[in-house]
Formats: sequence, structure tokens, C-alpha cells
Amino acid sequence: MEKRVTFKGLWLPLLLVFPQLVVTAVFFFYPAGQAVWQSLFIPDPFGLSMKFVGLGNFEYLFSNSYYRASFVTTAVFSILVTVVSMGVALYLAVLADRLIKGSGVYRTLLIWPYAVAPAVAGVLWLFMFNTRVGVVSWYLGQLGYDWNHVLNGDEAMGLIVVASAWGRISYNFLFFLAGLQAIPRSVIEAAAIDGARFWTRFRTIVWPLLSPTTFFLLVVNIVYAFFETFGVIHTITSGGPQQATTILVYKVFSDGFVSQDLGSSAAQSVILLAIVGVLTIVQFKFIERRVHY
Amino acid sequence: MSESSGMVEKRGLGHWMTHLGLIIGLLFIFFPIWLAFVASTVTQPEIVKPPMPLLPGDQFFSNYRKALVSGVNAPVAMMMMNSMIMAMGIAVGKIIISLLSAFAIVYFKFPGRRLFFWLIFLTLMLPVEVRIVPTYQVAANFGLLNSYSGLIFPLIASATATFLFRQFFMTVPDELAEAARVDGAGPMRFFWDILLPMSRTNIAALFVILFIYGWNQYLWPLLITTDPSMNTIVMGIKQMFPSGDDTADWPVIMATSILAMIPPVIVVISMQKLFIRGLVDSEK
Amino acid sequence: MTIRNVLMGTAAVMMTAAPALAQTEVDFWHAFTGRLGELVAEQVETFNASQSDYKVTASHKGNYSETLNAGIAAFRAGEQPDILMVFEVGTATMMGAKGAIKPVYEVMADAGADFNPDDYISSINGYYTTSEGEMLSLPYNASTPVLWVNRDALSEAGIDADVDLSTWEQVGDVLGQLKEAGHSCPLVTAWQSWVHLENLSAYHNTPFSTQANGFGGFDTELAMNGPIQVKHIQTMGDWAKDGKFIYTGRRNEGGANFRSGECALFTESSAGYAGIKAEAEFDFDVRPLPYWSDVEGAPQNTIIGGASLWVMAGQSDEEYKGVAEFLNFLSSPEIQAKWHQDTGYLPSTQAAADLTEEQGFYAENPGTDIAVKQMTANAPTENSKGIRLGSYDQIRGIIDEELEAVWTGDKDAQTALDSAKKRGDELLRRFEQANR
Repeated sequence: MEKRVTFKGLWLPLLLVFPQLVVTAVFFFYPAGQAVWQSLFIPDPFGLSMKFVGLGNFEYLFSNSYYRASFVTTAVFSILVTVVSMGVALYLAVLADRLIKGSGVYRTLLIWPYAVAPAVAGVLWLFMFNTRVGVVSWYLGQLGYDWNHVLNGDEAMGLIVVASAWGRISYNFLFFLAGLQAIPRSVIEAAAIDGARFWTRFRTIVWPLLSPTTFFLLVVNIVYAFFETFGVIHTITSGGPQQATTILVYKVFSDGFVSQDLGSSAAQSVILLAIVGVLTIVQFKFIERRVHY
Repeated sequence: MSESSGMVEKRGLGHWMTHLGLIIGLLFIFFPIWLAFVASTVTQPEIVKPPMPLLPGDQFFSNYRKALVSGVNAPVAMMMMNSMIMAMGIAVGKIIISLLSAFAIVYFKFPGRRLFFWLIFLTLMLPVEVRIVPTYQVAANFGLLNSYSGLIFPLIASATATFLFRQFFMTVPDELAEAARVDGAGPMRFFWDILLPMSRTNIAALFVILFIYGWNQYLWPLLITTDPSMNTIVMGIKQMFPSGDDTADWPVIMATSILAMIPPVIVVISMQKLFIRGLVDSEK
Repeated sequence: MTIRNVLMGTAAVMMTAAPALAQTEVDFWHAFTGRLGELVAEQVETFNASQSDYKVTASHKGNYSETLNAGIAAFRAGEQPDILMVFEVGTATMMGAKGAIKPVYEVMADAGADFNPDDYISSINGYYTTSEGEMLSLPYNASTPVLWVNRDALSEAGIDADVDLSTWEQVGDVLGQLKEAGHSCPLVTAWQSWVHLENLSAYHNTPFSTQANGFGGFDTELAMNGPIQVKHIQTMGDWAKDGKFIYTGRRNEGGANFRSGECALFTESSAGYAGIKAEAEFDFDVRPLPYWSDVEGAPQNTIIGGASLWVMAGQSDEEYKGVAEFLNFLSSPEIQAKWHQDTGYLPSTQAAADLTEEQGFYAENPGTDIAVKQMTANAPTENSKGIRLGSYDQIRGIIDEELEAVWTGDKDAQTALDSAKKRGDELLRRFEQANR
């Protein structure tokens, strides 16, 4: 991941990174630092007083079996969202790439969900699956299936996975399609002439050549599933039933923003930062090496 | 470009299976939007009495007229304008600072480069909502409440764009930079004349991503704007949902949601051709 | 919002913009949109037009919890509004923030306003009053749970639509008959913790938590795992198992099921009136919340839900005068009676209830006085004044989770409520630490 050819200079590169550094320092690291500091306290919501508790917030969290369970929930949820959104997108992109005409129409319709704000997407899916009165759950009821995601944890998980993956399918589709169309036709045709069937061609040529796109999407989608889905969860399940859909970031959000327990919320942010740090290293050290350019 | 792909596949059954596969996918993907559209053209009683209709009704004009003049704190047109400014600001601002920093990180060896790299990449994660109270205080201390700067700058502080540009710059052949160096062109010349034109497709892609990211923000605008004339449209939609025991006026909410989708959809549709075509051209 | 309202709003803005000289601005952040939002706007317009010294600016800040957070964030940045609407579960949070609020009784005294806390209905303002009788925040929208009945559904199942549903025993019988007649949704509820634990406890004069439900101090512990609560929840759990009680969500999702005509009985706030009246295409009526006949002292009185108006600290004396005037205006019998009749929320003063009676509203809309009667039937005891617990939004979340475990049959009522108490107490201890 190093460029062989680089330019010399000291002030120029510093000047170039300066704007991003300033914005990041002021609006990211300073607030994040505040969160780290606050994780050692139990502050009152209005910032009037703070009580030092050392690592008390962390002890409190890890002694809670629901918090420990939410690590597993988060992993399951993130993997499902990533797999569903990337899998469906790749499938549709491969199909659209095969078309000579008309792929534009599909493309144009397929990207709409991407334009729907997550805050609104949650409402839309809840609207369809509202227990017994939502249009989809009503028809399911007519077919003899009693949809009730407010009591059935698996249905709840399924619903938030689909609702979260939905908008991302469009996003991933655009990238996969661009990636597929960038693969030189001559390579594929040569393989076809050699008698390689579609699946063999896909596995041996297309997939490896697509790997930079796939890697980028993998990172972006995991980040999305981890961090940007709490709005959907908040709208649809509020983390329930019981705690079947409480993922880590939703808990940070709800403890901090809904319940004003800033100490616990800050401690969770610190734990998340640590996880993210480790994930970032793993992604760059191990996965990227195996990606072909 | 894609003309040749047809030659690879046999026409006939496979062709129709392809269409069938796409149509099934499309039905699943587009259904919620279709339903929102249907809901925006019928009356409230038709929606609340299950099952709601699956085909549009005749209330299109009255619902949309209502949606256009309604708006909880501010008129819909004004909120759309604010969303537009916010989304453009985030997209353009972030693209500029990310291009510059990705260029520095990839093409220079300077002390602290690794550190900058990791510092910036940590921000890929942790969304603004998770550090919202301290971020709000920073914004307030800088006097950014009720301002476009307050809506824009805190949301620029994340590294997705830098990450994408870095990924792309890594794939640019070293020979180009080598040649530029041999020709005696300085780094900024190389940046302007070679790297930037090559990146236009990625810039288009990022513009789309960031525009929509900005357009779809909810929690941050809700906190940072107390002046109704600064409200954004997604805020406006969420504000139509009642708290407590009131009932939701679905047709108007859905009509507003559809209206709010139009600008980002236009951006995606008009930019997608550029970025897909560009990506194909540049790599062939 | 109709065009007429837009025009009225514009006119009001133009009218009030002209004599801007020396007008003091009062910021009011609230959580109401839609029809309720229009009614709030109307109150504000009426106030602004009624005098020229002060101008109230109302802004909607999202739902209840978003409004509270906007207020907190703004306070931390020194940009807080004068008046903040806070839902009832945020009461302890606001009380704990001594430096952030200015109690209403102080605002009134400092402004020299004509203010008598005894004018308010004690089971309403009791929720927001200290044990010493000092009113901390002004009750704004208060409601209490009642039983909504789909009369057509009862008749269709061959049940007399006027059947007595005063006690849970009788309700149990009717649910059985509905089920036998093949009804798919005999009972549904909204806000399960509020209706079936908080109000159940108050209604049966049983503590929900120690220290007089938290009014006595922050060192309170949950006590809602007593025999009465366990019996009720276990009964509900059995009903759920038999398909007599259908669970549709933690908030008021059940309203959609009831209004569409799918469910026969519905326990929900009295403020559900407007929505049900607007959407229900069947004959419905309102009954008092049922009680268990074998419990001594039942029915006591139910408690309220909804929101109150808190005055934030750090404003000028001029603004506080405006606040006092505005709050007094909101409490006036005419405004309160109109609010009560328009929304189904309770009138906060006895005078407003009397005025509504005089205006003939109760006679024309039978059942609308049930909630008021149910609230005021008895003088509140320390078990029925209200609930004042820190982190209460979160504790309700825990209760919701444990109740869901009962509805699915994963846990029996005793186990679930014991667990809810244990988990809730941990949060109470954290809140105590933060506010010591």
C-alpha cells in the first residue's frame, strides 16, 4: 500500500492535510476526547456537576449481561446487513451488466431507495409491517402467517436488517455496476472463446477484478451497519423485543440521547472507539493485502 | 461498452431470465416507494383500514397541494432550499478537503504521515450522533447555531471521502507520477493536470454520496437549528409525526416524503451516467 | 395546516411585527405537530394578540425525547429557551437539575403574578409539585388511561354492548366470550408500563416504588413486583397465551389496530379521543379503567401522563414576567376548557372542568368526562400522586422488555417483574449518584 514514486517536500503536504486536520480536530477529536474524559464520570445531563467514578462506568457496563449480549447482536446484524445489501446488489448488477438495452431503466428505478433518508426509511418499513394493520403483515395474516415483530425477536431482526440493507442495495448496485463495466470486455470474451462458462468466468476473472470495489464496499457497508442504522432501529423496534435488536451504537444513542445517562454513553463510545481501532487495523493489515489491483 | 457483452451471452432464454431476475429484484426494491406513492394519493381512511390499496387513488392533487403549503415550522420550499444548501456545502467542502489530504497522504513522504493517516481514518467510524453533546457545545462556542456553517462543518469531519480518494490514487499507475517528475513538473502541476482530471469520475461518485448524506441528515439539524427559517426537509417530515396520542396524517406525510426524494433522485440519476461512463472510460 | 391557518399565522406575524418596539421575546419549545401543533400555535397567537408587552415564539423541537434533548443541549451551550415542554417521565431529570430550572412557583412569586396552586386539580398538578406543595412545572397536556370499547365488535360477538366492564374479572369474562365467538383481537393496549403497572399500582393504592413513588427522595427502589402487580401481569400473560390479548408494541401502535376496527377493547390514554373519533367507523364508547374487585381501596385514582412546561434558568426578569403572564394565560378557564374539549387532554383546573360542564360539552359527548371523574374521584394518596423516578424513560424500556418476555411466555410474571426491579434499581442508583 505504498507508492513507489513520491514527491518531496514538507510544508506542501502539511498545508494540504491542514484543512482536514483542523475540521477533524475541532469537530471530531475534541468532542471524542470529551467523551473519553466523561467516561470516567457520572455527569448530570445539564453539565452542572460531575462525579468521578474511575472505571465505574465500564464495570457497570460489563457486569450487565444484556450489554455483553449486544456484542453478539451487533456482529450478527452487521454481517447480515452487509451480506444482504452486497449480495443482492451484486446479483442485480451482474444481471444489469448482461443486458444490452434497458439497463438504464432498471438502474434509474433501482436507485430510488438510496434517496430515502434512513429516518424516513424506518417509518416506511414500519408502515408496511405494522403488526396486523401494515399492508404486508395484513396480507401475510391472510396467508395464515401471524407476523409480529414486536414479540418475535427473529422477525424483528429480519425486519431491521431488510430495512437497513434496503437503501444500501441501491448504493452498492451503482458501485458494482460501475466496477463490472470497467472490466475490459476483451478479457471476458477471450475466456468465453476458451469455453469458460459464465460461473467459471465470474469466479476466475470477474470476481478478482472486482475486488477493489468489493473491498471498498465491504468497509463502507460494515461502517454503515455498525454506525448509521440506529435511526432505523429506533423507529422500528427501539431495540426490542426484549433486547433482540439492541446493537452497540443504538445503545450508545439511546443511553445518551434518550436516557441522558452520559457517563454510560461516553464509556460505550470509548469501547466502540477501541473496537473500531482494532477493526481498522484488521481491515488494512489483512484484508487489503489479499485484494488485487 | 456494453454492446459486446451481449455477444458473450446467448440470446433467448437467458436473456429473458435476466429480465425476470431484474424485475423480481426491482419489485422488492421499489415496492416501499411505490407504496409511499400510493399512500400519497389516497385518503386517510383508505390507509388506516387494512388492507390499504395497492393502486394510486384520486387524491394526488389535494394531498400534494396540502403538503406544499404545510410544514410544521417553515414552508416546504424553504426547507428544501436549506437542505439543498446544506447538502451542497457538505458535498463540495468535503470533496475539496479530502482530495487535498488524500493527495498528500498518497504522494508525499513527510514526517507524521502515518499518524495523520490513522487519525483521519479513525473518523471513518463514530458518527456525529454518538458524540453529539460535545460536538453541539463546540458548535455553540463557535457561534454556529442557526447557521449554514454549523449545519455543514461538523458533518465534514469524517473520512469516507479521503478513504475513497486514497483507494483510487493507489490504483493510478506510478508511471504517471514518474513521468511528471522527470518532466520537472511540480506536485501541484501533477495534481491539477493529471490527477484531478483522472479523478473526475470519483468526484462525481462522491458528490452523489455526500449530497445524499447531507440531504438525509436529521438529528444534527434538529439540534443545531432553532430558527424555523433554517429547518431542513427531512426534519420537516419527521416533525409531521405526532408525539403522544395524536394520529399521523399519512397522505400528507407520504406526499412530503415523495417531494423530499425528488432532488436527491435527480442528483443520483443525472450524475450516475457520468460516474459510471467515466469509470469505464478511464480504466479501459 | 390549512390555508386559513397559514393566512392567520401570516396575519399574526405581521400584526405582531409592527409594534416590535420594547416587546420582550419569550421562547417556547414544544413537541407537538399536526393537529395538536396547530392548537398550540393558536394558543400562542391568541396570547400574542391579547397584549403587546410580550411575544411568545413557539417552536417544535421534535418528539418528546428530542425536545428534552434539544433543551438540555441548548442549556449547556447557554442558548436555552424560556419554556421547555418535558414529558412526565423526564420530571425527575428536570427536578434534579436545580441550577438549570426556575420552579414555576418562584417565577410566579417573583413576577408578582396572581397565582394560586389550589386552583389546579390536585391529582394533576400533584405530579409536578414537591412534597412541600411547591409547584415546579406547569401541567400542560395531561391524560389518564381509560378503556375504549368497540361496541359493534361486542354486539357481533353476541355480547350486550352495555355490558359492565368495571372490573378486570368482568373484562376477563368478556374476553373469553369474544374469543369463543372467534374474535381475533379481543384486547389491545398502548403504553403497557404506564397503563398496566404505573396506573394499576396507583389505582389499587399500592406503591410502585418506595419513598412515596420517588417523591420522598432519590433513594427510592422499585416495588412494582408485589402481589397485585404480579397477579395482573400474570393474568395478562395468560390472556396473551390464549390469544385474548394481542400485543402490538411499546408505544401507542395498538391505536391503529383499535381504530381500524380490528380490536374490541383497548386500554389507552383519554387523549386518544380525537384520533379515534376521526378514524373509527364503528360505534365506540369510553369506560373507566377496570380494577380488581378483590383489592381493598380500589379504585383509588389513576395518574396522569403527558407533559408539563418547565421554565429554564438564566433568563432576564423581563422574560420571566412574560413567562408568568403566558403560563397564567394558559391556565385560564377559557383556554383550558377549549384545550380539554379539542384534544381529550384533561383540564388542569377545576374551573375549566366546571366551565366545560356548563358549556354542555359532556352532555353532547358522553364519556368525555370519565377521565376527569376517574382522576378526581378520591384525594390522591402517596401511592397515587404520580411517579418520580430518575432515568425513568430507560426504566420503562426495561419494564417493556420484561413484559414482552411475559407475553411470549418466556418468563412468568413474578420472575419478569423481579428482574425488572433488579435492573431498574441499578439505574436508580446511578441516577442517585449523578444527582447527589
